[in-house]
Amino acid sequence: MAEPITITAPTAPTKPPSRFKTLLTEPKVLFGGGFILLLLVIAILAPLIAPKDPLEQDLMLGSLPPAWLDGAEPGYYLGTDDLGRDVLSRLLYGSRIALFVAVSSASLAALIGTVLGLLAGWYGGWTDRIISRIVDIWMAFPPVLLSILLVAVFGSGVHSVIAAIVIIDWTRFCRVVRAETLAQAQLDYITAARTVGFPRMKILTREIFPNIVPVLIALVSLEMGIAVVVEAILSFVGLSVSSDTPTWGGMIAQGRQLIHHAWWLLVAPLAVLFATVLAFNQLGGGLRRAFDPVMRR
Amino acid sequence: MTDMLLNVTGLSAVSDREGGLPVLRDVSLSLKKGEVRGLVGESGAGKSTIAKAILSILPRTVRVTGGWINFKNRDLLAMKPQELRSIMGSEIALIPQDPQTALNPGRRIGAQLADGLRLKRGMSAKAAEARALQLLADVQIRDPDRVMASFPHQLSGGMRQRVLIAAAFAVDPELVVADEPTTALDVTVQKEILRLIRRMQEAHGTGVLFVTHDLGIVAQICDSVTLLYAGKVIEEGPVRSVLENPQHAYTRALIAAGPRYDRPDAGLEPVPEEILHALRQEIGIR
Repeated sequence: MAEPITITAPTAPTKPPSRFKTLLTEPKVLFGGGFILLLLVIAILAPLIAPKDPLEQDLMLGSLPPAWLDGAEPGYYLGTDDLGRDVLSRLLYGSRIALFVAVSSASLAALIGTVLGLLAGWYGGWTDRIISRIVDIWMAFPPVLLSILLVAVFGSGVHSVIAAIVIIDWTRFCRVVRAETLAQAQLDYITAARTVGFPRMKILTREIFPNIVPVLIALVSLEMGIAVVVEAILSFVGLSVSSDTPTWGGMIAQGRQLIHHAWWLLVAPLAVLFATVLAFNQLGGGLRRAFDPVMRR
Repeated sequence: MTDMLLNVTGLSAVSDREGGLPVLRDVSLSLKKGEVRGLVGESGAGKSTIAKAILSILPRTVRVTGGWINFKNRDLLAMKPQELRSIMGSEIALIPQDPQTALNPGRRIGAQLADGLRLKRGMSAKAAEARALQLLADVQIRDPDRVMASFPHQLSGGMRQRVLIAAAFAVDPELVVADEPTTALDVTVQKEILRLIRRMQEAHGTGVLFVTHDLGIVAQICDSVTLLYAGKVIEEGPVRSVLENPQHAYTRALIAAGPRYDRPDAGLEPVPEEILHALRQEIGIR
């Protein structure tokens, strides 16, 4: 058995492409992420780039059509509402509320759901039973009705909206993270870590959690899309921020009443809302796919 | 008897999931220091159960009903979890079956190799890294530096198995349990891995319990062999005598069932039903 050993060159990639580059080759990530990034810049710079004050009323200039239609005024690119407020500026300002709600509620929901999901999946037994039953009960409530109820209880305002979304949607994260934790815990490297006596909590935070992060990122992105819609719904029924702050949902509610008279008041915020949610969903789906061949087989 | 490393005596176990079905029936086997013993059997013969029992990672559904597992004259089955943990990954190590799932996909190879050294040998991060680099060179990885910084998915299956062999021998264990370490690999890589295990085993003087279903592998790497069927030891002895002069009809049939590469058109010869029938009666299965 002591014969010389010949080794064929191992078939290893010479230089593996970086994770970041792989992401950019995924068109969904590119377009979805690009749009969200653009929206983020707009939200931050809204006061600088908005052509008009979004709250400034001018009844003489009420219900102006967008710039490419007859009867448009120069400077009002997407027309005005019935009170003469500039639609474009209101849309740009509306992105602030939308994104703020999306980012903060999705990350808070992710935090709560992930912690509980990890604990349930890893410790099992009673921990798992209690957490899973709570999730089951939670998910039996119709989400939109529950959110309206919650905001009605908390009182309206952006913080109540965020709280409502977090309270309803942490279960999504909890379920997925629990399932992923269970799947990871089955694998040999976890068995090995347990056998040699790694502390349980350390295995969870150092071995399991990093392998759940890709799924989590995708999920957070999807959740942001959902949060944008929920915020719009609550604005639509007048339970979000006060009516003097421009929101997409509020604009849709207002535009709905004037649909025969000034259709752009409904179409413009709807289009932006649609594009934003689509972008979040595409980004989430794309991230999920981009991570897939790398992290799992 | 001083050079005896592992002594499994009369080990019996049942599966609670299948209503108390016996999975091990009075199994005895022994392993000397520096010996490579093949543990062979069909699927479900109980070879992995024995390996898991030794590593004390039996699933909860399998219950040991009798026997001893003596490792260096201490009964592993009677040990407290605390004692077991100090032995596992230190005096007893595992080369796992599936190199895909045995490494954490989210951490670099170097960090994972260093884990065992730091935990079990109390090395500093720096010393562990240097040792890990040396280990990768020992398992004939050409560019250990690059592999250290790689994630598992960037390596081929054969490379990953090399890393795992390095990890198993890293702590200089006295017993390595190899659970079908070449099953997930293709045949050309298999041969290299077998040679590597043999070479590492000789260099470290380690006893190896080699679980496999392939008698060809046994012939290549093992000194002695234990053949199981339905959780019962059918035949046992030095590889030469068992393979060249099998005593049991089942062993003969099993050897005859292997593919003949010199006569590709001869077809395969399954173990005859009469022999299996007689075997089941002998063991006492209805």
